[in-house]
Amino acid sequence: MPMDTSASDVILRVEDLHKRYGKDEVLKGVSLELRRGQTKVIIGPSGTGKSTLLRCINQLSVPDKGRVWLEDVEITQPRTNINQARAQIGFVFQDFNLFAHLTALDNVALGLVKVRKMPKRDALVRANEELARVGLAEKVGSYPAELSGGQKQRVSIARALAMDPKLILFDEPTSALDPELIGEVLEVMIQLARGGMTMIVVSHEMGFARAVADRIIFMEGGVILEEGTPAELFTCPRCERTGQFLRKITELYGETNGR
Amino acid sequence: MNYFEFVGMILPRLLRATVVTLELTAIGVGSGFVLGLFLALTRVYTHRVLSGIANVYIQFFRATPLVVQTLIIYFGLPPYFRAIGLRPMSPFVAACVALGLNSAAYQAEYLRGAIQAIPSGQMLAARSMGMTKAQAVRSVILPQALRIVLPSWSNELIYTLLYSSVAYFVTLEDLTFASMKIAAKYFRAFDAYSAAAILYLVIVILLSRLLAYVEARLRIPGLSVDDRAR
Ligand SMILES: Nc1ncnc2c1ncn2[C@@H]1O[C@H](COP(=O)(O)OP(=O)(O)O)[C@@H](O)[C@H]1O
Ligand SMILES: [Mg+2]
Repeated sequence: MPMDTSASDVILRVEDLHKRYGKDEVLKGVSLELRRGQTKVIIGPSGTGKSTLLRCINQLSVPDKGRVWLEDVEITQPRTNINQARAQIGFVFQDFNLFAHLTALDNVALGLVKVRKMPKRDALVRANEELARVGLAEKVGSYPAELSGGQKQRVSIARALAMDPKLILFDEPTSALDPELIGEVLEVMIQLARGGMTMIVVSHEMGFARAVADRIIFMEGGVILEEGTPAELFTCPRCERTGQFLRKITELYGETNGR
Repeated sequence: MNYFEFVGMILPRLLRATVVTLELTAIGVGSGFVLGLFLALTRVYTHRVLSGIANVYIQFFRATPLVVQTLIIYFGLPPYFRAIGLRPMSPFVAACVALGLNSAAYQAEYLRGAIQAIPSGQMLAARSMGMTKAQAVRSVILPQALRIVLPSWSNELIYTLLYSSVAYFVTLEDLTFASMKIAAKYFRAFDAYSAAAILYLVIVILLSRLLAYVEARLRIPGLSVDDRAR
């Protein structure tokens, strides 16, 4: 994707985030920038602070230090309306977190009604469209417990999309899925990325990363060790640790899923 | 007069008393629900001080007999009421207050358990969409918690019905007290008390059926064990 250098194109800017849980400093100064339409994939060993980073971006966890801007609004500023900011940042969780008492349709419509204050009828129309977009037109009336993992994750993606977010954060969206269900979710995400959605994806699906990542970020021990295009990272001569890790996860996860 | 003629004779009085029993139950459980919900939300969603106060309330009402609570409210409070210029409570009001305050403590505990049983990720998901905590509690947590709590709540309703016989201690003629008076007046204890027992039984059976129906209607598809599963 061609890089536009105009600053107005920056959707998200993260500056020197620090986060501590008790004695452990989980984030030790993380900075990154995301431009409109970009997809960045974050990889790194378990317990390295990837989830914490995503949660600090939308302030589900409050960082101890550092700043986050959504376009020109600083959301770490205490006076910023955090709910308004969160409504513009989609979040897709590893274990879906669908609302168990609502149908797929109502899961997607809820935020439109409660947060966007959309009339219920319009919200349902929109929710139907979003579910069709992720291939679930047939399942709008199903409850989460009646759906497969892959279908649940697609509902949760539709739920994020319905809010017209400026970007979507994905936290290991396929890690809780049976292998044969991963493809249908990645397919939706690939379509999104190619359609120009701005996204940060924590994932070890290297096929997906190669297909759509503008950048891969390698995190370890609470810092970003390396950032580069997939090609750069896979052939990086400098960064021994990143290379090791990439070879290991390629062995573990394979490369076939993303197509 | 045989048993059935006797019961036929006292039935109008027993039914009037049954209305009082049902009123006490409805008001006790209803007000207990409102207060209990408030206590449960305070326990779960506020920090030390408020949560602690709610906890002290709950422990006090669960660790002392309902009869003693009723006696305090009906006989113990009037001097203090008069001191601040209020009229003492009538027997009916006192019984409602005692049942409501007591039931609130139990309902608060059931509700707290139900709220905490909702996977925390759903709150995260709601907040990440920009919902306020209050919106998330109302639209996501409570609709599920209330379904979970329904079976214990059904028990609480039945217990409150049965415990409403504390009306005796405030000289209010509910079903139990009416049967006591009838037993004493006609020297027919078994007949009077068994008639009262049958009335309680009928009410409990009807309430249980109604609640089972409501539970079935509110069941979330796919979440419960199949009805036909063994
Ligand atoms: N809410 C929390 N309380 C305490 N420790 C936490 C919390 N969330 C995460 N941690 C710790 O922070 C570290 C990083 O976690 P996480 O961000 O989930 O890593 P990753 O997503 O890279 O696997 C882990 O050691 C984890 O135990
Ligand atoms: Mg994680």
